[in-house]
Amino acid sequence: MNLTSEQQAILDGKSGETLAKVMETMVRYGELFGATSMEKITSDYNHLVTSFGLKALKPVYNLLDQLIEAGAVSQQKFSADPRPMDKNVPSNFIQNFVFNNFMYTRQEDYEKQLQKLGLMADDAFTCTCYMNEVGNTPEMGDVLSWSESSAVVYANSVLGARCNRNSGIIDIMGSIVGYVPKFGFLTDEGRKAKWIVEIQTTKKPEAQLLGSAVGMKVMEDVPYIIGLDKWLDGKLDDAAKTYLKDFGAATASNGAVGLYHVENITPEAVSMGRDLIAEGAQVYVIDDAELQRVYDSYPVIWKNKDAKPKLCFMGCPHMSLEQLKSWTDKVNESLQKFGNKKVVIPTVFTASPGVIKEFKKTPYAQKLSDAGVILSYICPLMYMNNPMSEKMPVITSSNKLRTYTSARYYTDDEILEQITKGGR
Amino acid sequence: MKSFKGRVVSKGNLTAPALVSHGGLNTLASFQKALQFGDKMATCGDQNNPDLYGKQMKGKALCLPRTIGSTTGGLVLYCATSMQRQPACMLFSEPIDSLAAAGAILADVWLTDVNMPVIDSLGEDFLNYVKDDMKITITEDGTVTVE
Repeated sequence: MNLTSEQQAILDGKSGETLAKVMETMVRYGELFGATSMEKITSDYNHLVTSFGLKALKPVYNLLDQLIEAGAVSQQKFSADPRPMDKNVPSNFIQNFVFNNFMYTRQEDYEKQLQKLGLMADDAFTCTCYMNEVGNTPEMGDVLSWSESSAVVYANSVLGARCNRNSGIIDIMGSIVGYVPKFGFLTDEGRKAKWIVEIQTTKKPEAQLLGSAVGMKVMEDVPYIIGLDKWLDGKLDDAAKTYLKDFGAATASNGAVGLYHVENITPEAVSMGRDLIAEGAQVYVIDDAELQRVYDSYPVIWKNKDAKPKLCFMGCPHMSLEQLKSWTDKVNESLQKFGNKKVVIPTVFTASPGVIKEFKKTPYAQKLSDAGVILSYICPLMYMNNPMSEKMPVITSSNKLRTYTSARYYTDDEILEQITKGGR
Repeated sequence: MKSFKGRVVSKGNLTAPALVSHGGLNTLASFQKALQFGDKMATCGDQNNPDLYGKQMKGKALCLPRTIGSTTGGLVLYCATSMQRQPACMLFSEPIDSLAAAGAILADVWLTDVNMPVIDSLGEDFLNYVKDDMKITITEDGTVTVE
């Protein structure tokens, strides 16, 4: 690694032993991937993947204490992933007991640590920090030290920023030293596509299902997607951004995708076109039958596969303002169609505090509330990740939630029907 | 008996029984119960990994192609190591991924009383050859002997 004199001085301990260890971590991390230099972080804000005060993460809190005590705090303010608890979300006595007394006992302490390290606002907790309502939206070409997989893939693909699929802790260590190692998605070569994905479906593919198919096929490689633009009306508007948010999260969780290009849609694909495709790229054709095959491959791990769902989660990653509005309309139209006034399965829509604030200024908020849907800033994944919630029959149209928990995946249309049709 | 040579990510010498995953290891899904619910033997909780699901990972020479899944992966490995619920070593057939690399380096740089040797780039033949419970011996130069 060729370090500048400033970077070398930090590594040599001129700024203290703790900062030297942070630099050593970043340098060794980069060297494993052939990085020969460190790149200055240029984004206004960082974003951290760890937002939950899990008792089990004591070693992380101890490490953060070491950093704070040494004055090795972030040079950037940052947002963080969603909070793991919200009293508005239905939970039984045992769940509450476990959440409050067993799992998230360090939440308050951890949030204090985050404030000392540089949290950008008291409510800066969301996985969709890049939304305008949150205010952590990188510019094209910005170098980031993010780690939340759905945010990294969005920033790289939809915003044209440059960020590797870092791990938690590496994220904050990058912004403590102000540099990240230059490799992978920080290089032009690393942003080339090793896969061509041809969409040949007869209708607009379900974003979360398409992302799952692509992720499971290409794993960590970059796909260049042809034929999706016609289903996105050929433009990167709010609806397309919402679609790509959900698509990308599924590619990142069902595989390990950190960057994708959509022909005629995403910024680098618009400017460089098929020059982004690497020589010898493999081809993956996705048609209706392939999506059905992927859908049918998901294991149903409920003990009683015919159990009536007790909860529905929408919004992993957090929903956009556009999504909340369109789903409010869809829920109300479907309730009317099936002769119901309120959803028949307890349903939680999740979004960032910033989006919720803006949504509540619109007439849609009352309509959604009247339909019985709960609006929350919670992280559904953190709610589900415990033995009590695991036993609950929970449904979702999030492929990320399906992957990490016992939640059962259904398409958007299937979810809509389940929550609005029939009676309790 | 067969020997393989890989790249040393975190060095160490040890012998341990093999535990083999032919698919990617989802670190969060695999270790979550071990970290949250006191399972000191780190029983793999990843239902999508038929090779590992329900098997104890602590103390095993974990042989795998790569890790996958949540980008909390590195800190999960770091915590598992700090809590002494880590595999004896991790042996990757492919070049290491960024999440596992982070976990290995964080543990190596920041923990003083425990370690988890990691070797990568052992090749596809390694993963085809090694089977559960075979005896694995690793040395500091990245040599992995399977018998």
